[in-house]
Amino acid sequence: MWQFITDRSDQIVYNTLQHANLVIQAVALATVIAVALAVLITRVPRLSGLANALSAIGLTIPSFALVGLLLPLAGIGATTAFIAVTFYAVLPILRNAVVGLQGVDKTLLESSRGLGMSELTSLWRVRLPLAWPVILAGVRTSMQMSMGIAAIAAYVLGPGLGGYIFTGLAQIGGANAVNYAVVGTVGIVIVALLADLLLLLLGRLTISKGIRA
Amino acid sequence: MTATNETQSVGQDAARNSEVSGAEIRLEGVVKRYAGQKTPAVDSLSLTIPAGEIVMLVGPSGCGKTTSLKMINRLIEPTSGAISIDGKDVRKQGHDELRRHVGYVIQGGSLFPHMTVEKNIAIVPKLLGWDASRISDRVDDLLDLVGLDPAKYRKRYPRELSGGQQQRVGVARGLAADPPVLLMDEPFGAVDPITRQRLQDELLSIQRELRKTIVCVTHDIDEAIKLGDRIVILQEGAHVAQYDTPENILAAPADDFVSDFVGSGSTLKQLSLARVNEIDLADWTTAAVGDSAAEAIRKAQTVGHDAVVVLDNRGRPVAWPWLRQLRNEDRIPSYDPEKLHTLDSRATLNDALDTMLTSSHGGAVVTGDRDQYLGVIDFTSVTDHMRTLEQQAAAATDGQARG
Ligand SMILES: Nc1ncnc2c1ncn2[C@@H]1O[C@H](COP(=O)(O)OP(=O)(O)OP(=O)(O)O)[C@@H](O)[C@H]1O
Ligand SMILES: [Mg+2]
Repeated sequence: MWQFITDRSDQIVYNTLQHANLVIQAVALATVIAVALAVLITRVPRLSGLANALSAIGLTIPSFALVGLLLPLAGIGATTAFIAVTFYAVLPILRNAVVGLQGVDKTLLESSRGLGMSELTSLWRVRLPLAWPVILAGVRTSMQMSMGIAAIAAYVLGPGLGGYIFTGLAQIGGANAVNYAVVGTVGIVIVALLADLLLLLLGRLTISKGIRA
Repeated sequence: MTATNETQSVGQDAARNSEVSGAEIRLEGVVKRYAGQKTPAVDSLSLTIPAGEIVMLVGPSGCGKTTSLKMINRLIEPTSGAISIDGKDVRKQGHDELRRHVGYVIQGGSLFPHMTVEKNIAIVPKLLGWDASRISDRVDDLLDLVGLDPAKYRKRYPRELSGGQQQRVGVARGLAADPPVLLMDEPFGAVDPITRQRLQDELLSIQRELRKTIVCVTHDIDEAIKLGDRIVILQEGAHVAQYDTPENILAAPADDFVSDFVGSGSTLKQLSLARVNEIDLADWTTAAVGDSAAEAIRKAQTVGHDAVVVLDNRGRPVAWPWLRQLRNEDRIPSYDPEKLHTLDSRATLNDALDTMLTSSHGGAVVTGDRDQYLGVIDFTSVTDHMRTLEQQAAAATDGQARG
């Protein structure tokens, strides 16, 4: 096993970074998209039913199927993987962002208007900071979920730790089958833990001390 | 004009600064009909609120007080009618711009929990584009104005404050950009009676200094009588039942609705109109934190006092310890000012009696602008004064009966 890893260390490190890179970028973009959508939804109440339905349907599309659907549009490659991961990553964040934004105390919002904040200022300085802990919890869920989805995407579309798992599965009984599967899985778990730690740290830095639990 | 210079000089001398800084508010035939309502919540309200006065809106729940108040800063748009501040139609200004020049304070302070005290107070000055050092000076000055030590409270978050302190910061935030008009909606509704009395006293003290136009909603007639230069008593649909000074409303209620609302025992309420500053205060031995305790005790004993009023470095009373409590001390220690229950000079005699009943001294310490020490009021002088008032009132009614 050790031999297996040292033989391929360069490649493993490369794939691990590739995996982390894909997921973190996808989740970052997903956060922006989800928060923007959530702001829109909470302003136009009629949209909230639509959004719920979409995210429910979205979660039931198997990731393989989505990758298949995207292939003719975006071709094989990192871009398709990125789109697929981002799509799934949006859903948990969107749900939390809507809950978080709706949960902001109405009298505080009225106070912000009463003090002469514009809609945009009030959003930026009151609503988003107050909803942020809930949004960030959604980002953490999304990050964990995306690690797995990225593995599937990577198998079909290119580099990443997912490739190892599927190589292992494909070679069951072969010499390095277990090694491949273990390196892929453990690698993903480690990346996921590190990413979660990073998000916790981000929370410490970005959630106001006045509302931290 | 820098607000800082202006207000720093004030602690010493209120009279110098008591120019009216408020603006007149006029409501003309203002109507608000909410969607789907048969009868309007506010049905043709006309009212002129003079510059520099506190006008209290009182009335039963649902009579349209909050709706009327919020139409002044356009948080609610009137269905028809006109509202002007200082002669300018509020609809002619952008609503954000308007609100930055109209202070707004609601129950509990409604502070933003994710911002420090400093940030909360700085909101409007920031929106108005003040520079950082001016904002910082202003925050210190306002905290001082509402009786909170800036060094101690600037960096705190709202959840690290008591309800009364949050409310004080709410008032400071409303006054931050020195608006001519301050709107308050049941500002002291969420605190216990003792804290409420303190906050009311503070508002009176602040108003003596600033002379804003303050429109304040309450459902408590006693609060209205204590704080108001004038009171508007509203009925269902914001119909004005009576608009007059507290004295006149108590002496001559316009109709049954008003007399019911004001309640019985209005001669007793007349007494509550009498203020602490109508009575001569007694001098008391004072000592500053850090002074020699032995010296303070000696000074007190020569004039026959059994206690000393301790003042902090800004001349604000913080404690009233007995001499025996000081015997073991070398220097006068510092005290938590929250523990001393003081009276503002504009507090009512009712408040004075309440305060004295909870004090073991049979008296209370009276403060003026910025909580400066003024003197001590004792039980007998209050009861004597009340008796005199009662005799005057009796003589007056006698005179009326005979003449
Ligand atoms: N947004 C709204 N939509 C519909 N009706 C409303 C709305 N706000 C208030 N009302 C109604 O308008 C009337 C006046 O309400 P308002 O809040 O001004 O009363 P209030 O005098 O402040 O009462 P309280 O002392 O209970 O605060 C009430 O009948 C209330 O139910
Ligand atoms: Mg109300």
